[in-house]
Amino acid sequence: MIVYASTVLTMALISGMMCLGLNLQWGKMGLFNVGVAGFVAIGAYTSALLTSPPLQGRLGGYEWPIAAGWICAMAASGAASALVGAATLRLKSDYLAITTFGFAVLVQVVLRNAQHLTGGSFGINFIPRPFQALIDRPLSFGLINLALVGALVIAVLTVLETLARSPWGRVVRALREDERAAAALGKSALRYRLQAFSLGGAVMGLAGALQAHMIGFIAPENFQTELTFQVWTMLIIGGSGNNVGALLGALLVTAIWSATGFATSWLLPPGAQARAAALRIVVIGVLLAATVVLRPRGLKGERLAVSRYIG
Amino acid sequence: MSVQFLADGLIAGATIGLGAIGVTLTYSILGFANFAQGEFISWGCYLAWGLAAAIAALLPSSADAIGALSVGWNVVAASLAAMVIIGVMAVALDAILFRPLRSRGASISAVIASFGVSMALRALLEAVVPSRQAYLSTELQIAIPLMKGLRVTPDQIMLLAVALILVCVLTLVITRTDIGRSMRAVSENPALARLAGIDVAHVIRVTWFVGGALACAAGVMLGLLVQIRPSMGAELLLPLFAASILGGVGSVPGALVGGLIIGLVEAATVQWWGAQWRAAVAFFIVIAVLLLRPTGLFGRSP
Repeated sequence: MIVYASTVLTMALISGMMCLGLNLQWGKMGLFNVGVAGFVAIGAYTSALLTSPPLQGRLGGYEWPIAAGWICAMAASGAASALVGAATLRLKSDYLAITTFGFAVLVQVVLRNAQHLTGGSFGINFIPRPFQALIDRPLSFGLINLALVGALVIAVLTVLETLARSPWGRVVRALREDERAAAALGKSALRYRLQAFSLGGAVMGLAGALQAHMIGFIAPENFQTELTFQVWTMLIIGGSGNNVGALLGALLVTAIWSATGFATSWLLPPGAQARAAALRIVVIGVLLAATVVLRPRGLKGERLAVSRYIG
Repeated sequence: MSVQFLADGLIAGATIGLGAIGVTLTYSILGFANFAQGEFISWGCYLAWGLAAAIAALLPSSADAIGALSVGWNVVAASLAAMVIIGVMAVALDAILFRPLRSRGASISAVIASFGVSMALRALLEAVVPSRQAYLSTELQIAIPLMKGLRVTPDQIMLLAVALILVCVLTLVITRTDIGRSMRAVSENPALARLAGIDVAHVIRVTWFVGGALACAAGVMLGLLVQIRPSMGAELLLPLFAASILGGVGSVPGALVGGLIIGLVEAATVQWWGAQWRAAVAFFIVIAVLLLRPTGLFGRSP
């Protein structure tokens, strides 16, 4: 039971890290990314290819240390975000939404079909897991990995909070609230947007890599639109603009997800499971739309960040 | 060299074009990209399929094929009824979800809401429809050779003709009638349109109805060509966006032309590179248009 709980919590924290990345893009900067799954996938595949053992007929398999894989995952997802951003960030925000959506479709096509690079629909297996030596003792193995992921989430959270309070964070907020006024003060909107978008993408890439190494294998199905949808729901329910809210949303949605999963597998016959799984998505989708309409600030909305000398 | 891709591409492109008209209208008049548009296509197709089966059960003679086509009057009647129902569903969705957001001036929140709704609608469809394979038409048709290396079925010719007629009628409505002028006025400037005495709420309802009904028509077309699946509309979503951007946001003929171009490029990709790369085509077209000509082929500069 504790082993199961620690696994669920680990996965919830990894989703929370994806929310942190999205919160930087959407919550802080107002950039609408509907391709979260694509950027997460790039991180997961980059790290998996670099650290896994070699495989005949597929690129990669260099057996690099895990930490090196994670750093490269951040770099790869950050670079991909910068490329997509450079093409669309000067246009209307809806175009960014459409382009990122298309980017996730493109990543999915490549994952499924570029056999030599991504292993095709079978994905990548034998991804090394941190603390492999403890794998025979499930409890300590689960807990120490939970601690590792928890520490990394706290580290990312600290960096993002520090950034938000720095002069950089103030410019980012100013651009979101009133682009013309900020531009009049000589701040280049495009440059700050590109930075925020790439940094958010890098955080998503790290989350993807963590997921790959915690599970041990990845396949294209793990990175479909449903993932993007889950991360968005977590952020909106938790409260966009607030990093702690983003993490809370991730924990809450994961809890709802696991609880409904338990309930359906307990109450329903095996034949009805597929339909029940679809109904769970309906519930989450309605929850997302209802939050947007009824409680746009989510659980914990953005804190007002004005100087304490005003008002 | 085979030119068969021309026929396949035009048919697929007409389907994309019809669906894209709804995207381009909601975008230009309401100002947001509607991610739920693909679900109108799947829902419309399943609805027409269910209604056609019901009509055939009540009136078995209605299922007899019309002339050289593979479908009977039951499918035609079911499609028309489904178009009305999906149109009403789109209006209802707006009333429940998008109107409250509009009154708050949160247009980007509408995109998020439409994204959530699209997931919910697709999952709901997956939960309720039978899991066995579904087809609107199971009859095999003999293709007529038009020229060397180019064959089409009577169904394909009919679908292309229907799509062209629908687009011509809609273009005339938008350019020549009062409601069309009102729609363009709201798209240009909603506040000014209201001052001029235009019933903006009515214009918005008409926009949703037309977009939903045409998406349903696209769904029926798609259902006549391929197997019906709950994810069929979601898979068409990126081509829909690409078509409306390529044609120029707000332009009805542009959406059709954009759809046809995307259909042709996709079919050519399938013929020369392989079907597995088809889904990537629309992305590269979006990127190319945004980099080279963000207003699209027939769009006004924003």
